[in-house]
Amino acid sequence: MKLLVCVSKTPETTAKIAFTDGDTQFDATGVQFIMNPYDEWYALVRALELKEAQGGSVTVINVGPASNDTIIRKALAIGADEAVRVDAEPSSSMFVAQQIAAYAKKEGFDAVFLGKETIDYNGSEVGAMVAELMEAPFVSYASHMEMDGDTATITRDIEGGSETVEVKAPFVLSAAKGLAEQRIANMRGIMMAKRKPLKVEAPVEADDLAVAVHYELPPKKGDVKLIDPEDMDELVRLLHEEAKAI
Amino acid sequence: MPDTGQAVNGTIEKRAREDKFQGHDYYAIDELLEDDHLIARDAVRTWVKQEVSPIIEEYAERAECPKHLYKGLAEIGAFGPNIPAEYGGGGMDEIAYGLIMQELERGDSGIRSMASVQGSLVMYPIWKYASEEQKRKYLPKLGNGDFIGCFGLTEPDHGSNPGGMVTNIKDDGDAYILNGAKMWITNSPVADIAVVWAKDEEGKIRGMVVEKDMPGFSAPEIHGKWSLRASITGELVFEDVRVPKANVFPEIRGLRGPLSCLSKARFGIAWGAIGAAMDCYDSALRYSLEREQFGRPIGGFQLTQKKLAEMITEITKAQLLAWRLGTLANKGKATPAQISMAKRNNVHMALEVAREARQIHGGMGITSEYPVMRHMMNLETVLTYEGTHDIHLLITGHDVTGLNAFQ
Repeated sequence: MKLLVCVSKTPETTAKIAFTDGDTQFDATGVQFIMNPYDEWYALVRALELKEAQGGSVTVINVGPASNDTIIRKALAIGADEAVRVDAEPSSSMFVAQQIAAYAKKEGFDAVFLGKETIDYNGSEVGAMVAELMEAPFVSYASHMEMDGDTATITRDIEGGSETVEVKAPFVLSAAKGLAEQRIANMRGIMMAKRKPLKVEAPVEADDLAVAVHYELPPKKGDVKLIDPEDMDELVRLLHEEAKAI
Repeated sequence: MPDTGQAVNGTIEKRAREDKFQGHDYYAIDELLEDDHLIARDAVRTWVKQEVSPIIEEYAERAECPKHLYKGLAEIGAFGPNIPAEYGGGGMDEIAYGLIMQELERGDSGIRSMASVQGSLVMYPIWKYASEEQKRKYLPKLGNGDFIGCFGLTEPDHGSNPGGMVTNIKDDGDAYILNGAKMWITNSPVADIAVVWAKDEEGKIRGMVVEKDMPGFSAPEIHGKWSLRASITGELVFEDVRVPKANVFPEIRGLRGPLSCLSKARFGIAWGAIGAAMDCYDSALRYSLEREQFGRPIGGFQLTQKKLAEMITEITKAQLLAWRLGTLANKGKATPAQISMAKRNNVHMALEVAREARQIHGGMGITSEYPVMRHMMNLETVLTYEGTHDIHLLITGHDVTGLNAFQ
């Protein structure tokens, strides 16, 4: 199978989040970046498992500047065969999806894997957009998948349970927890990654259909309110009127 | 031989508590590193969080060696990462090696010691000094963890003065007869092979590979350590051991052989100590923001801030020292005296950071709920092994004055 895995760069989970330019831009100053865990732990690893079991190749793709090469090299160190970086700022989900779909159509992949969402913007959009642009089926939140010939049987998480669907290649899959287990790059893999091809492609023409105009941080947590254990009425009133929990 | 990897009181399970460690890079030194350095550091950090942090306190408390980690260390490539890949190493540079040691010691100095010995004190001398046949025989198995190695230089009566060793070999046809004893040998009770240094009949120091099954060779464990409790330490005892001549390093003579290995290991310790210091600082910083006294977090008090500010200052200085040393080492230009300075400075720094971090944690700092007391006890060993704190000072003194103060 010829597999394409989309890897995104996200802030490290404990990074302090701030905005600049009148709360219209994310402030990357001092922020450490990592590969989006859903891409790395589940989408990439399941693709590698399929390649190891059935042969084929795994290509990783990222849309971003040269500073993204660290996470791309990490994907190669974990086991991807080759990488491509579309040299452009990932300005919106649609822009990114158009780049990925253009490359996927050009190279003819059997399947495109990506995480169910990135842990920064939580869009869950790119996969569906890529599928639409490729005119291929899209299966989201996959927690288990098997391939038999050109047919994939995919179990996906749904509210309160799971659903199993069948699709024929080519298809797009978004990966959730359970699809695979995290792999750690070893030193030999890291050294081999230095010799694997990392192609840089120019972006195709694409539009941002949606533009972020404002960001806001969640309100700071207030102080804990201590209620007299005897005063149940006040506790109930606060839970109802302020916390709106009951 | 005691099977110390087995739990005495049942199996040790992984703790559920999360290891929240984050790296600290106050001077953006990451910008001086290459992609493969960052990926290697990240990989080992992830491995330590998954495999070491959840079990280390309990192994240390029980003074047991988590022997299953030898295989894990091999799988991530922590054994001889700077040995060429064709001989079973990782083919990485010295900075990558340093960062791997840093991350392992962030977990525990004993775990770092397991890897330091295997890579710098066993694989390195075999790669550097053994015959091609010996290299092919031992290095791949050491690299993949099938063999565990140890290094015999120190003797009961010869620590800082290894040249006074009494362990010796006598020519006996196709073999040498080895007699003597070595002390404070990391990994020895579980080792398959030992790189041993002994004097020949001309009084010249020679190196050789001794295999555990050779008659007359034993490796009893040393008990009762209050430091490096998760690392296994022992003796090496040789009673008329016949060592085939093919196992003796053909060319190298004199102290230069073992000292070159120690330079490699000390280089790794200079980096490793930063890991232990960062873990203590990280824990103290987090604790100081959570722990409240007099109605506010203790991190808001001047005396706590003084401790934290001095810790991160000293850690940053040590990081720069290590980075520069690594850059020199990559060019083959790091001198043994420069390595001594970094080892001495960084280990002492880490011990001071551990002590200050312990104070910030108050009573909690002496428990296994937090890593600082374990690191502090470990660092007491690291301060004097691989050249004591004082001996490294005299190496610097010798280097700058040209006058030898040892004798």
